[in-house]
Amino acid sequence: MFAAATTVALAMLALSLALALYRLLIGPATVDRILALDTMSINVLALLVVLSIRWDTAAYLESALVLALLGFVSTVTFAKYLVRGRIID
Amino acid sequence: MTDLASIVASLLLLVGAGFSLVGSIGLVRLPDFYTRMHAPTKATTLGVSSILAAAALTLPGRSLETALAAGVIIAVLFITAPIGAHMLARAARSTGVQPGPATHVDELPATLLERAGEEIAKRPATDDDPSR
Repeated sequence: MFAAATTVALAMLALSLALALYRLLIGPATVDRILALDTMSINVLALLVVLSIRWDTAAYLESALVLALLGFVSTVTFAKYLVRGRIID
Repeated sequence: MTDLASIVASLLLLVGAGFSLVGSIGLVRLPDFYTRMHAPTKATTLGVSSILAAAALTLPGRSLETALAAGVIIAVLFITAPIGAHMLARAARSTGVQPGPATHVDELPATLLERAGEEIAKRPATDDDPSR
């Protein structure tokens, strides 16, 4: 039953990744694409954690943490670049 | 793994994946950027948190270490998601993304003009920054 739950969760997360990819492709504004990219990074994080549960190993949790931090930093960087035209000032 | 932990973890997994899916559906379906921003930043954060709670329940040994790792990721997400959303909303307003026709109250233009006036008044007379 547990394996079935992980399968269903993987399918739902893959579907939500596909929906976020659709928003990433159609835009319309640049901030929409940044938001879709942020959503995709969080969804990939969730996918990693579900895979870690499915394969019964804790090794993916560290990479999930790195992905959370990188997703946040990339979102902030894109937003600052849109506002200022440069990232570090 | 006891049976109860397995059942609770399965429920948490399904609820978490469901919240992520709802967030992404909102990202596609909602009418303008400012409403669209609600869906991923709230629903997806809660979804990932429940998936991480399931991980803390089921991962090998259910040791304190894995629970702590999951807790740290949840804390990072809960701190960073509002900050990222705030920065994105700011970027959207300053790049001129307009709210949809359903938005009735928009107090920002007056505030922005006021603040821009203050900054111009505060700026020193010899402003030779070439990038402006």
